[in-house]
Amino acid sequence: MFSILQYPFIQNAFLAGSVVAIVGGFVGYFLVTRGLTFAGHALSHIGFAGAAAALLIGIDPIFGMLVFTVVAGAGIGVFGKELREEDINIGIVMTLMLGLGALFISLYNGYAEQAYSILFGTILGISHTDVLVTLIFGIATIAVLAAIFRPLLFSSIDPEVAEARGVPVRALGIIFLILVAIAVSMSVEVVGVLLIFTLLVGPAATATRLVHFPLGAVAASIALALAYTWLGIFLAATGTWPVTFYIATISFAVYLPVRLLTIRS
Amino acid sequence: MDNNNTVISLDGVTVELGGRAIFNAVSFFVEKGEFVAILGPNGAGKTTLFKLLLGLLKPTKGEIRVLGAVPHRGDGNIGYAPQHRVLETDLALRARDVVGFGLDGNKWGIGFGSAKRDAMIDAVLKEVDAYQFANAAIGHLSGGEQQRLLIAQALITNPQILLLDEPLSNLDISHAQEIISLLTEISKHRGVTIMLVSHDINPLLPAANRVLYMAHGHSAMGAPDEIITSATLSKLYDTKVEVIRSGGHVFVVGAEI
Repeated sequence: MFSILQYPFIQNAFLAGSVVAIVGGFVGYFLVTRGLTFAGHALSHIGFAGAAAALLIGIDPIFGMLVFTVVAGAGIGVFGKELREEDINIGIVMTLMLGLGALFISLYNGYAEQAYSILFGTILGISHTDVLVTLIFGIATIAVLAAIFRPLLFSSIDPEVAEARGVPVRALGIIFLILVAIAVSMSVEVVGVLLIFTLLVGPAATATRLVHFPLGAVAASIALALAYTWLGIFLAATGTWPVTFYIATISFAVYLPVRLLTIRS
Repeated sequence: MDNNNTVISLDGVTVELGGRAIFNAVSFFVEKGEFVAILGPNGAGKTTLFKLLLGLLKPTKGEIRVLGAVPHRGDGNIGYAPQHRVLETDLALRARDVVGFGLDGNKWGIGFGSAKRDAMIDAVLKEVDAYQFANAAIGHLSGGEQQRLLIAQALITNPQILLLDEPLSNLDISHAQEIISLLTEISKHRGVTIMLVSHDINPLLPAANRVLYMAHGHSAMGAPDEIITSATLSKLYDTKVEVIRSGGHVFVVGAEI
C-alpha cells in the first residue's frame, strides 16, 4: 500500500504538497483573522491571467502567477484603505483578469490540459524544478511571516492601538498581501485556481473554531492543511479520482461538522 | 503655570485637517495623577487630541509636551484604549492574548511566551478584576468584561498616562460605575494620570478632578462645577445652553454633548 511512495512523482507531490500545506495553513490563519479571505480568492483568479500569459510567452506558469498576484496583492495593500469595503473593486478587477486569462488561453495554441491544470492543480505531474521553486518560496514565506507574526497579529486585531505602539500597520498589511500572493501562486500547483479556498481558508477557518489562542490555532491550521494534502495525494495516487477532489471534499467534510457544532452567539 | 508635576501641556495648539480647523489655539495642562473627563459633541476633536498626544498627528501650530518631550509614536509611557468596539466573536483569542498585545505585540518574531510573561499578564488581569476569565475566548465576554481587558492591555507597560476613548459607551450605568471606580482605584494606587472621553459627565462626577470641555474648536478646562455651568457652556457653544442640576445629576439642555 505504501509502495507508491517509491515513485519519484509521488515523492515530489508529497514534498511540494507539504510545503504548500504549511504555507497555506499559516497564511490562511491571518487571512481568516483579518477578514481577507475574499482577497485571497481574488488573487488566485488574478493569478490565472498571469499563468495564462506565462504559457503564451513560453515560461513556467508559476512565474506568471507570481508576478500578477504579487503586483495585485501590493496594489490592494497600497490602494485598498479599508480592505473589507473594497470587495466590489477587487471583484471587478478579478473578473477582468479572468477574462484576460481566457483570452491568453485561447491565443495559446498548446494543450488545453495546461489550462485545466492551472484551474484544478497538477500536483501529481509536478516537476523536480517546481518542487525546488516551491521549496524556496515556501521557506521564504514562512520565514517572513514568522518574523512579522506578533506585530501583524496585533495590527490585524487592534490596528489603532498597534499604530500608537509604533507598529508599522500599513506596511505590514502590504507585506502580508504579498505573502498571500506567493502562497496563492504556490497553492495553485496543488489545488488549482478554482479551489484555493480548500487549502488557504478551509484549514484555518476550521482551526480558529477549534482552538482559541493564536499559536494553537496556527498549529492546528497547519496540521489540518498537511493532513488534507497528504490524505488527498495518497487517495488520488491509489485511486482514480483527482487529488483536488479529495482535498476539497476532506476540507468540507471536516469544516461542516465543526461549523455546526461550534455555532457562536 | 508649568511646574514639575505637569505631565501634559498644550500651548496654543491649532490643528487643521482638510482645511477645517479641528482645534483653534487650545491651551491647557494636566498634572500628575489627575483624572480628567473630556466632554464635548461629536467632531469636537476629542479623538484628535488623543492622536496628538500619541504622536500620530502633528499640530499645525502650537506646542505639545507629554512628560516633558514632544509626543512620539510607540511611547510605552502612554497606555491607550481607543473607542471601544465589540471584538469580533470569531477571533481565536483568549482574554490573556488581548492583554499580551499590550506587552509585546509590537515586537518582532513569533514569541512563544514565558512564565514571566504569564505572571505579568496575570498580575494586571487581577488588578482590573478580570483574572477569572483570563482564558475565556474574547467573543464570549460582555462589553464590560472586554473593557476591563482593554484597560489591562493599556496598563501592562506601566504607563504614566492612560488615554481612554469612550470606555463607557455600550455599558449600562452600573457597569459604567464599576469601570469608573476601577479607574479611580488604579489612578490612586499607581499615581497614573487618566484622560477619559465620555458622553455623559454624571457617572464621572465622583471621580473626575477636572473637566476638559471641547466644542467648536475651543476648549475650557477646570473643576466640573466651574465648567459645566450655563455661562461657560453658552460661551463655548456660542448659543444658549442651560445646565440643570437635580438630585446630584447634571443635565445639559440646548446642546448636544
